[in-house]
Amino acid sequence: MLAGDTAAASRALSLVINEDVRSDAMIRAFFMKSGAAQKIGICGPPGAGKSTLAARLVSIYRKRGLKVGVLAVDPSSSISGGAFLGDRLRIQEHAMDSGVFIRSVATRGMVGGVSHTIFGAIHVLEAWGCDRIIVETVGTGQAEVIIARVADTVVYVTTPTMGDEIQAMKAGVMEIGDVFVVNKGDLAGKDKALSDIKAALGLGLSRDPPPWETPVLSTSALTGTGVEALSAALEAHAKYLRDSGEGRRRLKQQHREEVSLYVSRRVYQDALSQLDRYLDDLADHKTDPATVGARILKK
Amino acid sequence: MVTTKPRRILIAKPGLDGHDRGAKVIVRALRDAGFEVIYTGIRQTPEMIAATALQEDVDAVGLSLLSGAHLTLFPRIVSLLRRGGMRGVLVFGGGIIPDEDVPALLKKGIDRVFGPGTPLQLIVDYLNEALGARVTGEK
Repeated sequence: MLAGDTAAASRALSLVINEDVRSDAMIRAFFMKSGAAQKIGICGPPGAGKSTLAARLVSIYRKRGLKVGVLAVDPSSSISGGAFLGDRLRIQEHAMDSGVFIRSVATRGMVGGVSHTIFGAIHVLEAWGCDRIIVETVGTGQAEVIIARVADTVVYVTTPTMGDEIQAMKAGVMEIGDVFVVNKGDLAGKDKALSDIKAALGLGLSRDPPPWETPVLSTSALTGTGVEALSAALEAHAKYLRDSGEGRRRLKQQHREEVSLYVSRRVYQDALSQLDRYLDDLADHKTDPATVGARILKK
Repeated sequence: MVTTKPRRILIAKPGLDGHDRGAKVIVRALRDAGFEVIYTGIRQTPEMIAATALQEDVDAVGLSLLSGAHLTLFPRIVSLLRRGGMRGVLVFGGGIIPDEDVPALLKKGIDRVFGPGTPLQLIVDYLNEALGARVTGEK
């Protein structure tokens, strides 16, 4: 019902992202058509070139005639609630392409790299007709890993100045990449970064044969070098997900995350709406946080 | 859920004009005032700006222009926005715009023009008031 209608999809996105009362009906309608698009998560530190790389991928997909959605997430201010959504500027070359839908999304209080409403937004773009949906996370630190429960394929983008192999050995984001990219490959230090990541990935318990050999690639989003190889790796990963049981396992994990966000969001908002009346008593030590918490949950 | 959602504003730089300091100052002020702000970057065509406003479903579009082409570009953007179905979207502008050109712009559907030296709070207050009065879903 939304297929190709950009204005309608845009309104639907707003309803879902604003957690409007009509968003449940939207998700009910759109979910049954979901699952056809490959959802590609792009994460990595701020300034690594995620948006520029996304723009390059969009170009490649468009040459193949695929419809592409981009959800570009940037942080909301914890102080003002406002946000500067600056990813789109790098993808703006595709603004006039009717086969590309780009939406900037603010985190609105969600910690972990995406927004509470990211799944609903994905369903809208699926209904609009996307073959590929790129979810670009906020610039991530070491532990923003929710994208692994949102996307089918996670690309971790870093730069030649990422640090040494000790950094690459840490838990967190380095564990969730299905494809690793050392972007800004036109800068010095690329080869060292590539070998540090490969070395770190090669440690640990081995499985023979490995279910998925994680590619470590170098790109320059600036010049376009290596982006074709990246898109080939993404296709190979999609095939791996289809051919192994991993695709379905991930899909179920995504549904688990989506429903748990739905539930926790409503319980949490309901609880918060009751919280204010207890603050004076807490400040006067007439009660304690555990008692207040238990009372709110019992209601 | 009765939480208020941030209003969304697109700040755009139409035409051949690379002077974007003013636009960035506005972006920053609006971010700090609680708006979600999207910035197109420089050298955008009216068509790009209208398409972006539609996909981002913004409540207002702010145009910054210092090249002198405002009488051509601003009305063109307004008409493309309307044609794209964004009838209720607020359009405001700023930059180097002579006072005598302002009535013509207002007549062509620009809601407000802010000249150089406008206090940032004035723009914030204007947007809060103008957007607060708009009914959601009117767009």
